[in-house]
Amino acid sequence: MNLPDIEQITQELAGQVSEMMTERQLDNPLLVGIRTGGVWVAERLNETLSCTDEVATLDISFYRDDFTRHGLHPKVQGSELPESIEDRHIILIDDVIMSGRTIRAAMNELFDYGRPASISLVCLLDIGRRELPIQPDLCGATLALNDGQLVKLTGPRPLALTLA
Amino acid sequence: MRYLHIANARVIDPQTSTDSIADVFVADGRICTVGRRPDAGEIEASIDASGQWLLPGLIDLGGHLPEPGFSQKGSIATETRAAARGGFTHICSLPDTRPVADTSAVVKLILEKASRAGYARVLPLGAMTQGLAGEQLASMYTLHEAGAVAMSNAREPIRDSYVMRRLMEYAATYDIPLFLTANDLSLSDGGCMHEGPVATRMGLPGIPETAETIALSQILLLVEQTGVQAHISQISCRRSVNMLSQARESGLRVTADTPLANLLYTHESVTGYNSLYNVQPPLRSERDRAALVAAVAAGELAISSNHSPHEIAAKKAPFSDAEAGMSQYDAFLSQAMMLVERGEIEVSPLVNALTALPASILGMRQSLEEGACFSAVLFDPDSTQTLTAGQLASGGRNHPMIDKPVKGQITHVFLEGCQIC
Amino acid sequence: MTDPNTVQLTEDGRLKHFLTTEGLSRELLTEILDTADSFISTQERAVKTVPLLRGKTVVNLFFENSTRTRSTFELAAKRLSADILNLDIARSATSKGETLMDTLWNLEAMYSDMFVVRHSDSGAAHFIAEQVTPNVAIINAGDGRHAHPTQAMLDMLTIRRHKGEIEGKVVAIVGDILHSRVARSQIHALRTLGAAEVRVIGPGTLLPSDIESMGAVPFYDMKAGLADCDVVIMLRLQKERMQNALLPSEGEFFKLYGLTEEKLAYARPDAIVMHPGPINRGVEIESAVADGSHSVILNQVSYGIAVRMAVMAMAMSGQQTLNSSEEPA
Repeated sequence: MNLPDIEQITQELAGQVSEMMTERQLDNPLLVGIRTGGVWVAERLNETLSCTDEVATLDISFYRDDFTRHGLHPKVQGSELPESIEDRHIILIDDVIMSGRTIRAAMNELFDYGRPASISLVCLLDIGRRELPIQPDLCGATLALNDGQLVKLTGPRPLALTLA
Repeated sequence: MRYLHIANARVIDPQTSTDSIADVFVADGRICTVGRRPDAGEIEASIDASGQWLLPGLIDLGGHLPEPGFSQKGSIATETRAAARGGFTHICSLPDTRPVADTSAVVKLILEKASRAGYARVLPLGAMTQGLAGEQLASMYTLHEAGAVAMSNAREPIRDSYVMRRLMEYAATYDIPLFLTANDLSLSDGGCMHEGPVATRMGLPGIPETAETIALSQILLLVEQTGVQAHISQISCRRSVNMLSQARESGLRVTADTPLANLLYTHESVTGYNSLYNVQPPLRSERDRAALVAAVAAGELAISSNHSPHEIAAKKAPFSDAEAGMSQYDAFLSQAMMLVERGEIEVSPLVNALTALPASILGMRQSLEEGACFSAVLFDPDSTQTLTAGQLASGGRNHPMIDKPVKGQITHVFLEGCQIC
Repeated sequence: MTDPNTVQLTEDGRLKHFLTTEGLSRELLTEILDTADSFISTQERAVKTVPLLRGKTVVNLFFENSTRTRSTFELAAKRLSADILNLDIARSATSKGETLMDTLWNLEAMYSDMFVVRHSDSGAAHFIAEQVTPNVAIINAGDGRHAHPTQAMLDMLTIRRHKGEIEGKVVAIVGDILHSRVARSQIHALRTLGAAEVRVIGPGTLLPSDIESMGAVPFYDMKAGLADCDVVIMLRLQKERMQNALLPSEGEFFKLYGLTEEKLAYARPDAIVMHPGPINRGVEIESAVADGSHSVILNQVSYGIAVRMAVMAMAMSGQQTLNSSEEPA
């Protein structure tokens, strides 16, 4: 299977995000990366987009729906968001979208911080297999995996995909 | 003459310094010959005791029988049966029953129940003070007449030196022996284990060794003043061993015993808050334990059981809330033999501490010599058994060896010529 | 010798109860502090709750009164979205052991997921953890003189946030160490986290014999004991637990051991002052110091909620992984 060139895709994606920001009039957007891969992608995008704020990080450990099965992840690092996200246009960024549960958890968490004006979802890679009705607004590439295959993003520099 | 023939046993009798394989012939409740056939008569029954040891019946200088008053913990029948299975033919029962053994009625009740059960000879210890309250003298003469072999205060405090002195003077008048425990309540009150690094780490209130040694010095000085026949029950400290040694060296006649648990375990056993190891006197340091073992080995210290049966609820509580005491009678000799297994003591001094020495303290003779009354046990040292709770004869469920393998088993018990089990 | 951690850890080293800081690895203690740190940030935002323990029932089982500790546990449980029940149980004077067991059996019928227990017997939390049905997590909120692990961990968090890593620090604990479960838990945690020296300061009557066996150095004099100290922890003089003949008077104690600005000067200039509370002003500490620039006492209280959230989440997590079937992630 040919794995997409992540560096190239990220560059293209940055351009698409910039266009989206103009189209939708997202003033002073807040880039929020989901740990850990989403943060790397968000920071790389920010190098091109140069949003005024630093990239915010979201740790969804406390909002996952699989606590009953797997317990707390041992390496909880916490989220780092600006003091207020009221009325902000958030660009939520994750590396891989699959079932959609991570994004569900991320949005629940964001709303516990405050009430954003809007949330746009940007994913580097969409590998399908949705379990919830959640779709990215922008997506770098799609990939179809075989049963049992998983992908992992390594980084932060260089960003690369490995197959597990 | 019709004989019981015990063949080929290893006959161990410290009283007569015997330790050899021999045949023993018993008739009419007495030993006729050891190591030779009798001149006349025929063999009625024979026991092949190859590989087994024949010992004089063990004598317990202090065990708690829960009757009268504590039926949820057991009865005289269950506990004497457990004692027999542990190797005892004679047990001194402590007076802390309910009611306390401070009347002849209670003493007679105990003797009668023990006799009816028939498992072991019970030698009741009468209470030194009324109600064991430590204030008024109990009717020691009457108790002694009723069958109490000595008077004990069973770890209950005596109000002060004045009362202690009068107790001793009174007992001395009638040659009544006193079994005294050394426990200064002002230092031990509230404590549930030995005061030391383990207690500090576990946050459990401790009992310093001075609670025992201070009381012991009071007792020894008063014994010297009054001349009473004194035996110190249940010592637990190295210093107590030294104090007793010195007292004897200066001519004082005083004997002592220590519970088996204090020879086998230390305060480290309390780690994990296992309430099984909540005992009085408390399990002390390794240094104390080693000194007690050495004193036993030197023939200076007897071993008692301090048997204390308890029902499950009594022990199922946070450590300091649990009732103190360990059930010991079942498999007692096997447990005592653990000291031999560990190389800490030889068989002969161990048996001495459980037979000849207690016998002399009680003014009796327990031996395997020709003409002696036949109270003895046969012990198979090699068989192993795992004691389950259901197999215990005792009513108590607080036995340290439950579901653990024990080495050795009593196979036969003879009390005054009768085979008990 | 039984390892206390056979009771509180799962086979793969996760907390399933939180009973004592003794014997826990440096990694695990650090994980508790890191997790607590992330809960501190959730406490600072508008919605302070996270849904982590939603649907779980936590029972505060306090056999000893304590409004402070109980309410911080209550708040911590609520901020984890758990349902909380408060039970204040007066211990009956007779048949204590049976009452405890009967209480537990009655509670088990209510299908709780966690008990937070405070009891006046050392080893009580340990006992409950061994007796209770397997999938209930036990958090020790203080047992006799033995342990108060959540307090110790919030103290560790305080030190870390105000003085950096505990490694290499000199820490003094002052006061009634003999009766203090807080001090014992602190000593274990400080040693495991690499404190350079843990000192205990007080009169001979209030320092337990063999405290050195726990790795703490005893001092009887504040000047010597506070020299080079980075952290000074004052303990409350626990009047209700003292028997007679331990101290002549509060006045003499304050003269010798009360933390005044003068005595604080013996410590390092940037030393911090801590106290598990509640403070006895004028007995173990003077107001000028309690309210002064070195004091982090008020911060300790807010960290307390985060630490308890962390410990409750981790213990519940450990219990969950014990129960979960083997399904892939």
